[in-house]
Amino acid sequence: MAAVQVSLPLPVLPQGWSEEKDFKPIGQLSSATQRNIEPVGPHFLAHARRKRHHRTFSEDERIQAQENVKRVEDDDAGDISEPEDPLMLQRDAKDWKGQDHYAVLGLSKYRYKATESQIKRAHRKKVLRHHPDKKAAAGSSEDDSFFKCIQKATEILLDPVKRRQFDSVDEAAGVEPPSKKQAQKQGFFKSWSPVFEAEGRFSKDQPVPKLGDDNSTKEEVEEFYNFWYNFDSWRSFEYQDEDVPDDNENRDQKRHVERKNNNARKKKKTEDTARLRALVDTCMQGDERIKRFKKEQQAGKNKKRLEREAAEKKEKEDKIKAAEEQERLRKEAEEAAKAERAEGKKAKEAAKNAVKKNKRVLKGSVKDANYLVPAGEEAGAKRVDDVLNDVEAVMAKIEPEEMALLASKLNGLKVADEVGSIWGDEIKRLVDAGKIEDGDTKVLGK
Amino acid sequence: MTVVIDGGLAEGEVNAIGISFGNSNSSIAYTTGEGKAEVIANEEGDRQIPSFLSYIEGEEYHGTQAKSQLVRNSNNTVAYFRDYLGQDLDSIDPTPCHASAHPQKHESTVAFSIQDTEPETQNVVTVSEITTRHIRRLASSASDFLGKKVNAAVISVPTNFSEAQREALTKASKAAGVDVLQMISEPTAAVLAYDARPEAEVKDKMIVVADLGGTRSDIAVIASRGGMYSILSTSHDYETAGAQLDQILVDHFAKEFMKKHKTDPRQNAKSLAKLKLEAEATKKALSLGGNASLSVESLADGVDFASTINRTRYELLAGKMFGAFTRLIEDAVKKADLDVLDIDEVILSGGTSHTPRISTNLQRLFPPSTRILSPSTLPTAIDPSSLSARGAAIQASLIQEFEKEDIEQSTHPMVTVTPHLRNAIGVLVVSEDVKKGLFTALVERETAVPCRRAGVFAVPREGGNVIIKVCEGIRDIKITKKEKAKTNGKADSDSDSDDDQEEEDEEVKEKVWKVGTVLAEAAIRDVKKGGKVEVTVNVGVDLGVQITAREVGGKGGVRGNLDKPRSTENGSA
Repeated sequence: MAAVQVSLPLPVLPQGWSEEKDFKPIGQLSSATQRNIEPVGPHFLAHARRKRHHRTFSEDERIQAQENVKRVEDDDAGDISEPEDPLMLQRDAKDWKGQDHYAVLGLSKYRYKATESQIKRAHRKKVLRHHPDKKAAAGSSEDDSFFKCIQKATEILLDPVKRRQFDSVDEAAGVEPPSKKQAQKQGFFKSWSPVFEAEGRFSKDQPVPKLGDDNSTKEEVEEFYNFWYNFDSWRSFEYQDEDVPDDNENRDQKRHVERKNNNARKKKKTEDTARLRALVDTCMQGDERIKRFKKEQQAGKNKKRLEREAAEKKEKEDKIKAAEEQERLRKEAEEAAKAERAEGKKAKEAAKNAVKKNKRVLKGSVKDANYLVPAGEEAGAKRVDDVLNDVEAVMAKIEPEEMALLASKLNGLKVADEVGSIWGDEIKRLVDAGKIEDGDTKVLGK
Repeated sequence: MTVVIDGGLAEGEVNAIGISFGNSNSSIAYTTGEGKAEVIANEEGDRQIPSFLSYIEGEEYHGTQAKSQLVRNSNNTVAYFRDYLGQDLDSIDPTPCHASAHPQKHESTVAFSIQDTEPETQNVVTVSEITTRHIRRLASSASDFLGKKVNAAVISVPTNFSEAQREALTKASKAAGVDVLQMISEPTAAVLAYDARPEAEVKDKMIVVADLGGTRSDIAVIASRGGMYSILSTSHDYETAGAQLDQILVDHFAKEFMKKHKTDPRQNAKSLAKLKLEAEATKKALSLGGNASLSVESLADGVDFASTINRTRYELLAGKMFGAFTRLIEDAVKKADLDVLDIDEVILSGGTSHTPRISTNLQRLFPPSTRILSPSTLPTAIDPSSLSARGAAIQASLIQEFEKEDIEQSTHPMVTVTPHLRNAIGVLVVSEDVKKGLFTALVERETAVPCRRAGVFAVPREGGNVIIKVCEGIRDIKITKKEKAKTNGKADSDSDSDDDQEEEDEEVKEKVWKVGTVLAEAAIRDVKKGGKVEVTVNVGVDLGVQITAREVGGKGGVRGNLDKPRSTENGSA
């Protein structure tokens, strides 16, 4: 064999790869299959020469070698043998529409599941047994009616179109839906699963979802019922057609029969669809899972509602609480303000009183000092007015505290000089502080 | 009648031919001096010799002449007897012999009751005796043609021919003076016939041989590895064959006749036999031309019948049957755990393979890379009817010099039973990462060990150090769904939209390699710019592996061994 030429490049050696002698064994080959090489051709003869090395092999070795070889030829399958019903053997091939083709071939346990090669092998097996020539050899009459039945069955089952038509009306392959009692007795899943498995053979979409069991998820169950409610069936009812008369007979009659057949097919198809729907309905009614899911959903919904309500309630309460708190705070603040105000009033009044008192002291002081006229002199009305005006002017400008201070200084003093100097000091301070002008006072402080 | 040439054959000299002994037809072939297989025509010029024998007043007729006796002398005509050889009546299907001498029980074998010596005397002739007579006639035709007495042959038989059948055939053949050197299976013979052509090169390939005959079809999937063949699967079908195609034409013409004449020619055995013979000829003509005629004199009630049919009509009528052929082949491929993508070649063998429609259907089933070897798809294809005879002739020329014991020893199971690799062995290219690298197979799966394969690999452009990662490859079929763009707007016909719907779910299948066990790593350092690396994988009979890698033209290189696996598993029986 010539070497294969590969134009794609080999990968670059990764950094740091190193191995003794640059070779690193890692794995081993998978086990091999023992097969026969065909003892044919020049290459085989070369192989045989190499292998033999002038050795001779005994019969024993031969058997051993042969035993290990992987089989490529089929055995005559033992799986397609069924006892033959003597009544079936009496059948007339003319009545082929009524015959169970699978039973005739001994495939009744496979039915629609039988593969083409199974049918072929079954047919061969039956032919080997029932061929009329063999019956003649066995000495019985040359009755070949059952052989014809076999041929008809094979003809139908090996034709994909005809086989579908037969499978469509193959009652024996269907499974009756269980009654309520049965379903209770056997358990829902055990009694319904085979029904759907059998119905599933009509589905255009394969594979068909399974009924599942108690542990199926909600999605699986929903998918299952959705599938069955939207079932796409290839089932048809041509097989039950009335025979259309031969084309060289009355044409009108032929068309009439054809029309009738067509209508019958349509009707049956509709009925079948309705039947299936009803079946799925019944199944769904009895399906505990659906009830459970509903309950769970309900429970879920209730839970949500309760949660929501609780939340609402809490919110309300919170709101009320917050309002109350606010109210309380407001009230407190109000009260505090009130108290403060009251306090302020008192203080003000007190201050006022003090001011009044001080004013009285101030006024009194000048009055007591005889309006600051030197001793022995009588104070004229003008002098009294001027002094009192000055006192008023000072009092208007002066702060209550200063007034209090001033009053405390003046309190008890009756000597005109002393009172006059205090007033003078006071006015001077005020003038210095810029609170009154120098000319504001006419008498005091001069 | 039979001319026996005694001369020209020294004591002990073996003059062997290849015989394809079919249920419907047989053919004989020899190998020329240049090693080319040629089919021998008999005295009547037939290369396809019907496996029929007929007796009229003690005269023996063979081949085409015998076949034509089906009409007038059906009770004394023996046909389709090959499969009965070495069987008892309980295990045979007598259906094909419906229109000829019927098989009956005789001791533990099958026999026919015919008047083969003189009229009015019924003799019971066993199937072995019939076979002997048939082979004698074939051998004498070959002897006449070659001018030397033929005394040995390689005979091709179906893959499911039992030991008892082989033994019976050997005996029957021996009685005819023909030593059976070896019996080889029909599909292998067909492969050998193609591989022995001088222009053929030895390659590893997966072959489907579809032997579509007259009464049965046999499919075999064969792994051809370095010129050695291993059958991976077979399937046999007795309901899908040429006879069924004939029946379609018979029914068609019978109906046509009935329209005109109100008699069903199929009800009368003689009429049916006439119609059958003509229908077969018409079928053959339809394989060659677009039109064919059928004419039967005095078909029924003394009325002559002539009609024509074109190929389109025929293909329409037989469409279902053609589909069955395709399914049968697909089934055999599946049975071998393969996909149609794995198949490199389809060899159509047997007379029915001439039908063009079957080949075109297969072209559709297999990917375009698969070669369909049939006369209608490949001009250089060998005549499918003669494939197994040619293969047998080649084998005969290879072993006719051998001692008898030598042949026996060579075909001994100790020699033929060999471990076959379960997975391919190859090298990763582009990247050494198991996920990114591309697997390039050196040794394909199902290769018999010991074996040795080599590959020459390129290196990165700038040269340097490269790693050779040898691993097992597992073939995987990747299915990607291809969404067909909907052709909107064109509202011209409903059928268009229907087509679209079908195509929407079109799946594109692709053959990809998955990397299995990594077997070994090796490094080649400092490869020259533009250099090449040769990797050789040598698998021993115990599944030990020897890997050698070296730069082409360079010195040294790397060599390493892998241990054999702990235990070799036997094939699942």
